[in-house]
Amino acid sequence: MYKIAVMGGRDTVMGFKALGLDTYPVSDATEARGIFNKLTSQDEKYAIIYLEETLSKTLAQEIARFTDKATPAIILIPGREGSQGLGLTALQNAVIRAIGTDIL
Amino acid sequence: MAQKTISPTRMELTRLKTRLKTATRGHKLLKDKRDELMRQFLEIVRKNRELRLRVDEGLSNANRSLAVASAIMSPEMLEQSLLYPRHNIELDMAFNNIMSVNVPVYSFNTELDDSSSIFPYGFAQTSGELDDALASLEGVFKDMLELAQVEKTMQLLADEIERTRRRVNALEYVMIPEMQTNIKYISMKLEENDRSTKVRLMKVKDMVLETAGYGK
Repeated sequence: MYKIAVMGGRDTVMGFKALGLDTYPVSDATEARGIFNKLTSQDEKYAIIYLEETLSKTLAQEIARFTDKATPAIILIPGREGSQGLGLTALQNAVIRAIGTDIL
Repeated sequence: MAQKTISPTRMELTRLKTRLKTATRGHKLLKDKRDELMRQFLEIVRKNRELRLRVDEGLSNANRSLAVASAIMSPEMLEQSLLYPRHNIELDMAFNNIMSVNVPVYSFNTELDDSSSIFPYGFAQTSGELDDALASLEGVFKDMLELAQVEKTMQLLADEIERTRRRVNALEYVMIPEMQTNIKYISMKLEENDRSTKVRLMKVKDMVLETAGYGK
């Protein structure tokens, strides 16, 4: 049985708690990195980690390690400030990587 | 082209010819694989984009309601209301094979299937906006799960396409031409050897005939 985690600012993750997901509120970069490493370690069975967009810059290196692996899936979600479109940018980058140009 | 020293023998020639045949075949197969991966990839990218837009919008809505709720209620109350979830989400994962890429397929079931009771709190002390926020979160969650699946598939396929493309190009522009020039080199060398042997034999024959007294 696998689990789903939500990482982000306290306000962002709060709602997901009620849905029955595991939530991990973070406030600064070091804390985020620590929690992220813990969630992605072998003994935690997280299949999906939803990550608030604003964290994607600080955790870019860590995220990149998992793009080529089957698990866990790291998915960016918009935070409280509204969508910054980082999810779409990531999609565009993947398309450019695979095809060579941006066709969207 | 950087020419390695190859021994111009028949054995080497046969070996190279078989390798060239395999390489050509592999090139054709990989090219087919790349084309099919590309087709699937485009389909998934389109789906991913659609889901992404939907999830972004749904979550923004939920966040907006949540913001209003947190403005009305005290932070402690809000946290307390959400502390104990009514249902538990169990996620199951299987793998689907797309052109030898293993992509995850998620399926989930909630322990409490009655969607009217997603609210883990009593209505008396909470604001209506919190209900809205949770309802829209609940609504967008299915899409989020699908997004996770599609996005992961997209990433894995992108990686595989990149790798396959490199291999196709390496075969097409490096391996195959190199082998072809090597084969040409060996066969020329062998022909040259043949000719020189023939000439030598003719010369020897002439010399033998001369010493035997049949000369001109």
